[in-house]
Amino acid sequence: MATTQPAVDIRDLDVTFSTDGGDVHAVRDVSLQVQPGEVLAIVGESGSGKTVTARTILGLIPETATVRGALYLGGEDVVTLSAARMRELRGTRAAMIFQEPSTALNPVFPVGWQLAEGLRAHGKVTAQQARRRAVEMLQKVGIPDAARRVNDYPHQFSGGQKQRIVIAMALALEPDVIIADEPTTALDVTVQAEILELLRELRAEFGTAIVLITHNMGVVADLADRVAVMFDGELIETAPVGELFASPKHEYTKKLLAAVPRLELTDRPQVAASDEPAVVAAEHLVIEYPGRLGRKAFRAVDDVSFEIRPGEVLGLVGESGSGKTTIGRAIAGLTRVSDGSLRVLGTEMLGVRESSFRPKRRDLGFVFQDPATSFNPLLTIAQCVAEPLIVHGIAPNAAAARDRVDELLTAVQLLGEYGDRFPHELSGGQRQRASLARAIALDPKLLIADEPTSALDVSVQARVLELFGEVQERFGFATLFITHDLAVVDLLAHRVVVLHHGRIAEQGHTKDVLGSPSDPYTQRLLDSLPVPDPVEQAARRSRSRSASS
Amino acid sequence: MKLRAFLGRLPVVHQFRQSVGLQRGMLLAGLIITGFFAVMAIFAPWLAPFGYNQLTGDDGETFGAQVPPGGEHLLGTTVGGYDVLSRVIWGSRTAFMVIIVAVLLSVFVGVLLGLISGYIGGWVDRVLVVIADAVYAFPTLLLAIVAGIVISRGQSNLLGGVFAAAISITVVFIPQYFRVIRAEAVRVKAEAFVESAKVVGAPVPRIMFRHVLRNSTRTLPLIFTLNSSEAILTLAGLGFLGFGIEPTSAAEWGYDLNRSISDVTSGIWWTSIFPGLAIVLIVLGVTLIGESLNDLADPRLRTRRRAGAATPADAVAETTPVAREDMGEVH
Repeated sequence: MATTQPAVDIRDLDVTFSTDGGDVHAVRDVSLQVQPGEVLAIVGESGSGKTVTARTILGLIPETATVRGALYLGGEDVVTLSAARMRELRGTRAAMIFQEPSTALNPVFPVGWQLAEGLRAHGKVTAQQARRRAVEMLQKVGIPDAARRVNDYPHQFSGGQKQRIVIAMALALEPDVIIADEPTTALDVTVQAEILELLRELRAEFGTAIVLITHNMGVVADLADRVAVMFDGELIETAPVGELFASPKHEYTKKLLAAVPRLELTDRPQVAASDEPAVVAAEHLVIEYPGRLGRKAFRAVDDVSFEIRPGEVLGLVGESGSGKTTIGRAIAGLTRVSDGSLRVLGTEMLGVRESSFRPKRRDLGFVFQDPATSFNPLLTIAQCVAEPLIVHGIAPNAAAARDRVDELLTAVQLLGEYGDRFPHELSGGQRQRASLARAIALDPKLLIADEPTSALDVSVQARVLELFGEVQERFGFATLFITHDLAVVDLLAHRVVVLHHGRIAEQGHTKDVLGSPSDPYTQRLLDSLPVPDPVEQAARRSRSRSASS
Repeated sequence: MKLRAFLGRLPVVHQFRQSVGLQRGMLLAGLIITGFFAVMAIFAPWLAPFGYNQLTGDDGETFGAQVPPGGEHLLGTTVGGYDVLSRVIWGSRTAFMVIIVAVLLSVFVGVLLGLISGYIGGWVDRVLVVIADAVYAFPTLLLAIVAGIVISRGQSNLLGGVFAAAISITVVFIPQYFRVIRAEAVRVKAEAFVESAKVVGAPVPRIMFRHVLRNSTRTLPLIFTLNSSEAILTLAGLGFLGFGIEPTSAAEWGYDLNRSISDVTSGIWWTSIFPGLAIVLIVLGVTLIGESLNDLADPRLRTRRRAGAATPADAVAETTPVAREDMGEVH
């Protein structure tokens, strides 16, 4: 393999973006090679330049970028190539798999037509040939009943199937290299496992090199042959996957690997049963979203019963569409309860009036998923954090609340000056910490955290979770922690509720549920979670393969 | 430094700093033309050689009708014996008054209704939207004529004329502000920071005015400018049709154009060209500002580097569709 020409050969690549805030040096002197049939994972945090590097291979970077260096794609230097020749190379030499399959497909054309688009763009094919090829490709990526479904529209496929179709499109012209930009980030873990399996098979069949961009070390361990770690635009380490995980050389790589949450099944002491009433008690809870005219209402939460005791951290786990966020919103009074009973801080939420629930709101904090939108962009952080204090009449205005706000910001380790900044001047992790400060401003009895770390980088996530645990222990509020990540639950929760299609699949102590799941769905969820360790992941893979065959 | 930062947050100044190349040229041209007319309007008493309704010079002698340009009357006189140059200069004052009154009235009503409609929703929203659509269906000029008659009862003095024009324009423009603010309010309402305010227990008026309103106004300067040019055209149209302001109460370009119709065929060009040119130029100037603000506000139309692209991730996000234009635009 070493004698053959590399599929991609990046030499001293340097990309600079000119912005209003001065030039941003996104990629500095990166040299990389991808051999045919190899899976190279580029890992790094957001802003490390991994996506820019990979997109440069296809020439998909904004006009404001200045590119220096050389990038050989099958012997041709992409950097100096004309737009016309570049277009010819796209699809035939290199193709791309996008992060979000639902936006990568055009909703108004059947998938077969879109699959054939690449064929039509690169040479004369008859409609029949194109169609035949499209069906063939759909079969290859495991779409059942491909000959019929080739005429279906994207919305008729599930998320995982859509990503399969995107992969089929990328493979249609048999390119030498495929750029996969976070191909599984938008998918659920069980679907992610299937897609990774598919990519592995296709690599074996077509011998296509894959450049995999990801921040998920589990995915890296599962799929990659070699790993390139990027930090602040520089390539700091390249090593075969086993070597990298076993003995990372660079300081940053070590930090990155240490930050990856793993299932450790820590046995944390349970909250002692007390006579105090539960903070939240749901009994046969049903939440429906009204359907369109003439359609049945959509039942998002179906007959769910659980409770949260004072001071307890309850992890609510499930895939997208399982109803976990809906439950969180219902507890916060943002979504109406349809049936059953939901008691929050002693108030029955079925048919509750906002005016009667409002006084209870001071005992309730909420941390939202997306740190980018959870602050009013026109107010400073101090003003935002002061909002609950002002609303509940503890302080007349933001200036008067400043002392308390500074105290809160210190509690989440955002010292003094951060209060005067605007939300967009803070990083995602800092904003999420400020969000936590706002949630605990009134010393609540209950905190609802809806995927608070899913939008953050791994190392930032570790930091925020650690802080979360500290603050929870210090203030002793009960917490509903909503997440799709089992490893995160393992870090924080006393007890876990696993949701599946709006119903509870399993609930119990964290250690029991994650250590010895009794429900087949929980079992599958745990099996699908890629372990950030290539050796163990390979072992698990062969285990599950022999189990299924 | 503080002042600079503050200036940078002002609508037009902010966009001007963002702009480059042709778009900057367009914006600059628009600003210069509009600024020229604004200066004329403010300093009309000093700039204009005569009053708008002056028929005789200081010596007590009448100007005479249809005097060709040159000499004492740089741009000649009209059929009624007014000085053309003075009427053009004074006319800009009337135009600006109409813009200010019309836009102020419609902004306040439109924004408030849009905010209520968008945030509260439900049947209030439906009723308001239907009314707005109904008003939309009305021809502007017809409405303006009716309003003009009702307000001034046919007698057009300065205030009557200005308010007739302004109110009729207001009625037509309220739906525009209403719709824009409503759409923004609906969008902002779903943002996490509004939900966060709800969870905190903030009362509805506080959420509406502190959190939703201020985040919904980013397109206002744009409609504001586009509506201003339409306001001028409506005023001129009213004057041209004879529903404008009497020449003795104020100078008004549309009226002058109306009077000059018969002159055109007899080769007297100066009575129609200059007021007409004034209308074209001011509308052009204001529209140039509006259009460039529109282009600059839309990241897909803006030929420039995006502000705040501090990390490579931001720069990439710029090219990815959908991406984060919403969050990027709000600061």
